[in-house]
Amino acid sequence: MRKSSQSAEPAVLERDQLRWLLAALVNRGYRVLGPTVRDQAIVYDDLASLEDAPVGWADEQSGGTYRLKKRADKALFGYAHGPTSPKKFLHPSVVRLWRAEGGGNGFQMEEGPEEAAKLAFIGVRSCELHAIAVQDKVFLDGKYSDPVYKARRQDNFIVAVNCGHAGGTCFCVSMNTGPKATLGFDLALTEVLEATRHYFVAEVGSRLGGKVLDQVPHKAASGQEKAAAERIVAKTAGQMGRSMDTEGIKELLYRNYENPRWEDVAKRCLTCGNCTMVCPTCFCTTVEDITDLTGEHVERWRKLDSCFTMDFSYIHGGSVRSSPRARYRQWMTHKLATWIDQFGTSGCVGCGRCITWCPVGIDITEETGAIRDSEKEPTERRMPRGRRKS
Amino acid sequence: MAAESLERILGEHPFFGGMEEPYLQLFVDCASNVRFNAGEMIFREGEEANTFYLIRHGRVALETSAPQRGSVIIETLGEGSVLGWSWMVPPFRWRFDARAMEPIRAIALDGRCLRGRSEEDHDLGYELMKRCAQVMEQRLQAARLQLLDVYGGGVRSER
Amino acid sequence: MMVTLSDPMAPSPFRVRRVKKETYDTFTLEFDPANGANGFSFAPGQFNMVYVPGVGEVPISISGDPGQTQTLIHTVRSVGTVTEKICARGPGGVVGVRGPFGTSWPVEEAAGSDVVIVCGGIGLAPLRPALYYVMANREKYGRVVLLYGARTPEDLLYKDELPKWRGHFDLEVEVTVDSATDGWRGNVGVVTTLIPPARFDPESTVAMVCGPEVMMRFTLVELERRGVPAENTYISMERNMKCALGFCGHCQFGPTFVCKEGPVFRYDQVQPFFARREI
Repeated sequence: MRKSSQSAEPAVLERDQLRWLLAALVNRGYRVLGPTVRDQAIVYDDLASLEDAPVGWADEQSGGTYRLKKRADKALFGYAHGPTSPKKFLHPSVVRLWRAEGGGNGFQMEEGPEEAAKLAFIGVRSCELHAIAVQDKVFLDGKYSDPVYKARRQDNFIVAVNCGHAGGTCFCVSMNTGPKATLGFDLALTEVLEATRHYFVAEVGSRLGGKVLDQVPHKAASGQEKAAAERIVAKTAGQMGRSMDTEGIKELLYRNYENPRWEDVAKRCLTCGNCTMVCPTCFCTTVEDITDLTGEHVERWRKLDSCFTMDFSYIHGGSVRSSPRARYRQWMTHKLATWIDQFGTSGCVGCGRCITWCPVGIDITEETGAIRDSEKEPTERRMPRGRRKS
Repeated sequence: MAAESLERILGEHPFFGGMEEPYLQLFVDCASNVRFNAGEMIFREGEEANTFYLIRHGRVALETSAPQRGSVIIETLGEGSVLGWSWMVPPFRWRFDARAMEPIRAIALDGRCLRGRSEEDHDLGYELMKRCAQVMEQRLQAARLQLLDVYGGGVRSER
Repeated sequence: MMVTLSDPMAPSPFRVRRVKKETYDTFTLEFDPANGANGFSFAPGQFNMVYVPGVGEVPISISGDPGQTQTLIHTVRSVGTVTEKICARGPGGVVGVRGPFGTSWPVEEAAGSDVVIVCGGIGLAPLRPALYYVMANREKYGRVVLLYGARTPEDLLYKDELPKWRGHFDLEVEVTVDSATDGWRGNVGVVTTLIPPARFDPESTVAMVCGPEVMMRFTLVELERRGVPAENTYISMERNMKCALGFCGHCQFGPTFVCKEGPVFRYDQVQPFFARREI
């Protein structure tokens, strides 16, 4: 995790100059990934040029709702986030672990995980930076390191973007994960659109970030430009439509395993697992051992998995968590409580994707709030009874 | 064996733990040492249940006879166990056979006498009933666990 | 206890030397390393991920003697595709092994105490290494008691060894079956019934329990009734496992990963979760 470097002063880049940043990264051998519009969503993919970015696109998000909307301006980063995150490339959904020759009479390891090009990400939000830090703890800090994640995480170059507005489901402020990027980036940009000018205030986050910036035409940011950037970030911070009260949240959920609210959410939850797919910290995987018809060539593949499936907790005879109630409870309790005991941080970064992409709009902040409320006297309760309509 | 030895044995047995003196003497008066040879039937299903036993040595098989299966052992009871509680509960008839699997030394207690005394002295009755309830509870839980057939077997279940 | 770890990510080949049928669905297989390694060392209670090339991989407890490192022994119950194939491997057949993983029985910490081992069904397999260790260091312990229950006499594991263990003057062995068959003259009843009369000092005992979860729950009640503190009681848990490294997330049991903080747990540390359903 790279710390914010305080040595360099913020710089300013004009919109037209931003393409030199992309060029500098390509020249250094990075595979550059950034936001692109595909299938009516904004997803991370290879960014050949800045024209592939979602120029002039915004997103409208709320519980169970995601729409792209044309903006009046030509902002490059005028959206909040999409169903993907850097996890798509750091913790790929399908990856081969190894290949071996031989079968039941003996086998020989031939190859380990595939090599990966070094990755550069453009457009990474603060919540995503925190998600990367969370996954760093999961995959790199324990007794074992995951070689696939380690290889892909090495030599990353990250260009973060400070959000210009709060997304419809965001709650990063209450999770202390945004909206301003404060860790884990090489460069952080704040996009400023004025009547006659479109520019970026760039903060340097690492020595490498400074070196790359030197290859992009830029000037030192003036006091006014810095203030404009700060105003934008402050405005975003004030726009949050939700919050998560994290006070004693681990103990709260540990006390409430049998709270009737779980039955309530179980009636709504389809156990579709969308939340686990879009969550930038969900990391569970499964393993598939395959062979060709001869049985002499075997491979092991790893795939993303979800705790919402019946298979997930299957041991001889049945699943440990067979009811939807148990599975939803597992996901939410893991994300907000047991994760803290396991890895020292919350698993949630307040991005709100799970709320947006849940087909029935289940809201993790609302569920937590309801459980918290159920412990209070009726006169103290904040939440109206029943589910809040999004 | 002298009466004071019986008193010591009964007093030390967990079934009589915490029983107060006047009652303990009563039990001693209703108790006697008994022996059974290996294979001997201690009691049979359907007989009147008027005695219960504290097993001091040896193992007893609780059995029933099932068509086509012959004698089926339900449970074995060993040293230290209390054998029989049907003497305490109407219709006061044994539900199973009890067979000595090996030579048995036990203390037999006159259940019919104790039943009568319990009707007159409800405090005594309560003390006895509490203890019998504990024995029944342990047997019931064990039986339930047996019924659950937790070790399973013969079912293909992995993926 | 010194243990060596073969590559945790990739299986190493091991060749079957001998197969013994324990029951109609359970087999004990003895393996030698097929890649030139000297043997395999592990701590009692640990498990390996055993791989059938091209088919799949499953967690299996190691059931051999930790003092005999030249051979790796697993007792496997055939309950699905992978275990069926493992059990069908004859001498000369090869499987892949990753491990050992997980926590171990507190055999060193138990020195000076009585040791009570309570197991049911295949639960004896992960405890057998602990028993071997204790018997090899017998003078360090007080009373040593093995209480073992199985469904029927046919389902008893290690039928040759049980009488040998019983023959030790310094080891108390009681075996029981849930349901007797003709000719069985031993105990009949669930394994929990063996606990009240067993001879050990609850205030100075380390208890190790393994078997189906229901059996463990009932056993823990009986041990508590005898006065064995939860801090001196250890259980072995089982959960779905894919990686055994703490990455796949499948084996979570409350806040713990059974592959990392388990499979052997000190009971008081998992008590709140053990009692809950569907955790």
